[in-house]
Amino acid sequence: MNKILAIVKKELFRFLTDKKLMLTTVLLPGLMIYGIYSFMGDGMANMLGTDEDYKPIVAVYNLPEDLNTRFKLLYMEQTDVSNLSLDKAKEEIAAQTLDLVVYFPEDFSKKIEEKSGLPEIEIYYNSVNNESAKIYQFVANTLTTYEDSLANAFTMNSKGETYDLASDEDMSAMIYSMMLPMLLLMFVYSGCISVAPESIAGEKERGTIATLLVTPMKRSDLALGKVISLSVVALMSGVSSFLGTMLSLPKLMGSEIEGMSAAVYSMMDYFLLFLIVISAVLLLTAVISIISAWTSSVKEASTAVSPLMIVVMLIGVSSMMLTGERMSTLFYLIPVYNLVLCMNGIFSFSYELSQIFVALGMNLVVTAILVVILTKMFNSEKIMFSK
Amino acid sequence: MKTILHVEGLKKTFKLSKKQQKIEKTKQKLKVAVNGISFDAYEGEIFGLLGPNGAGKTTTLRMLSTLIKPDEGDALVDGFSIVKQPEEVRARIGFLTSELKLEDYFTPNYLYDFFSDLHNVPKDVRDERKKELFERFEIDKFAEVKVANLSTGMKQKVSLVISIVHDPDIIIFDEPTNGLDILTAKVVTDFLIELKNSGKSIIVSTHIFSLVEKICDRVGIIIDGKLVVCEKLDTFLNGMNLEDRFFQLYEETVGGLHE
Ligand SMILES: Nc1ncnc2c1ncn2[C@@H]1O[C@H](COP(=O)(O)OP(=O)(O)O)[C@@H](O)[C@H]1O
Ligand SMILES: [Mg+2]
Repeated sequence: MNKILAIVKKELFRFLTDKKLMLTTVLLPGLMIYGIYSFMGDGMANMLGTDEDYKPIVAVYNLPEDLNTRFKLLYMEQTDVSNLSLDKAKEEIAAQTLDLVVYFPEDFSKKIEEKSGLPEIEIYYNSVNNESAKIYQFVANTLTTYEDSLANAFTMNSKGETYDLASDEDMSAMIYSMMLPMLLLMFVYSGCISVAPESIAGEKERGTIATLLVTPMKRSDLALGKVISLSVVALMSGVSSFLGTMLSLPKLMGSEIEGMSAAVYSMMDYFLLFLIVISAVLLLTAVISIISAWTSSVKEASTAVSPLMIVVMLIGVSSMMLTGERMSTLFYLIPVYNLVLCMNGIFSFSYELSQIFVALGMNLVVTAILVVILTKMFNSEKIMFSK
Repeated sequence: MKTILHVEGLKKTFKLSKKQQKIEKTKQKLKVAVNGISFDAYEGEIFGLLGPNGAGKTTTLRMLSTLIKPDEGDALVDGFSIVKQPEEVRARIGFLTSELKLEDYFTPNYLYDFFSDLHNVPKDVRDERKKELFERFEIDKFAEVKVANLSTGMKQKVSLVISIVHDPDIIIFDEPTNGLDILTAKVVTDFLIELKNSGKSIIVSTHIFSLVEKICDRVGIIIDGKLVVCEKLDTFLNGMNLEDRFFQLYEETVGGLHE
């Protein structure tokens, strides 16, 4: 036991006091993700969004009395059209100096009153200009409501209340449960591959593992000590990326969704998530350690673990296809995939505790088996001294 | 005299990779590195394995230290089988060979403590022993310098010290003076004699005649994976100097140097 501790202590010392390594594997991933997502969020907001204070300028021709009040309520400025020909106005729309032209035929009111024919309203806008596209929507909606009121059979959603009843929770749940399982899995994976090949294939390559192997320490202690300590470092890297994501995702999505926030989850949700992440880290570290032990250099190990990256990514992407339906507990027995199921469940508020524990238990068993395999590999001179 | 090491019929064959075949200039897929070696070493003496490069010395010592397993045969180290009780064997020996490297990232001080932990050395014993050994090998000035920044000779001295953190009764050193400057080499040979005088049993391998002449009580001559002679150094020399006696033997066994 104290030998495992000695190994863990040494490995942690090795990584935690290495400033460069800490910077590249722990600090930077979180910062970069936060930075990139925030930047992307801002960019998207600028692209899709409109300036809140801007009052669109609209040229209205022959506005009927009936519509006067409705148009006054729209947030826009009606420009004087007495000296503006329709053709000139259209040019200005194209040049984006004017946002909208609404042209009513002169006999509009008369035709409506007499119910003689269908008067045509022409609305000119510029879809490239966000302000123009937006005010076009508003005007079109206003006219549609007006048209409905003329028929006067019934009204719909006319009281000006909030009719979209989706809550903050639902929104966050949907976005998070789609994106985060995949992202988290990838973060954990990249955390693992930044330390395990260096620590295992690297020690083999540099011949330092042989020095450990001539001590009376049990090979199983070495295997456990390595997996535990590498998991701690990988976990730190994973947590950093996770924080970066959680904090910046609302910004990334913010341009379209109001009220998206990581605060909708309870402490219990986060605690379960943490357990799942730990089980993911242990499992993936064990897998990557075995692959690393198999190869004879860091370079070879890095090459060997990249195909696995694709597999892990694909499993992660599968979270986007989960429909939110309860899956059979049998699926929770599949290592790695069960991580995605659990995380998806937690983020969408639809997990069953028993299934999460099945997954955690299963992953622990698999990790234990992998540690036994790693022990066997440390015991094999063919593997340890292959050049 | 107590037998501290009993070696019986050790055999080791390596599979040669394509690359190794090229280096060894051979088409053979297998290389018999050690071909049935048996000998005994006694408590409190220095036993020397002498042989040319490639004779199988290092391979023999790697088997004794349980780093690799013999294909055939076994050896008892202080009564413990290298095949069946490797951990017991490792706890009793201090093994040094150029293959065992130290991690560049750490300082001699840190590594000494770390390996002491792996050998269950109590803290107070450890600190006292560390001070003594570091002074003796002049590591003390470099105790906090990362291994990466040490000279080759200093690295080798640190390796040596680390191999004996647990004060083992049996010391197995493979070519202990190789690559050392003459002053450091003398520190090492003097140290070996001192260890012997304090009752330790020592096995060294070397291809250097003078080292054997200077420190060994008994000698085993190993040629091409086979032990051709194993007796008291004086008996073996029979009045001749070691170099002449060795080549005489070599000619008898291999049949001439240039054949
Ligand atoms: N891991 C290995 N794979 C293949 N051949 C090896 C290996 N180790 C040693 N040999 C070969 O076995 C022979 C004995 O090597 P070694 O024990 O290192 O000799 P020595 O230490 O006496 O110089 C040499 O021919 C060497 O090339
Ligand atoms: Mg050798």
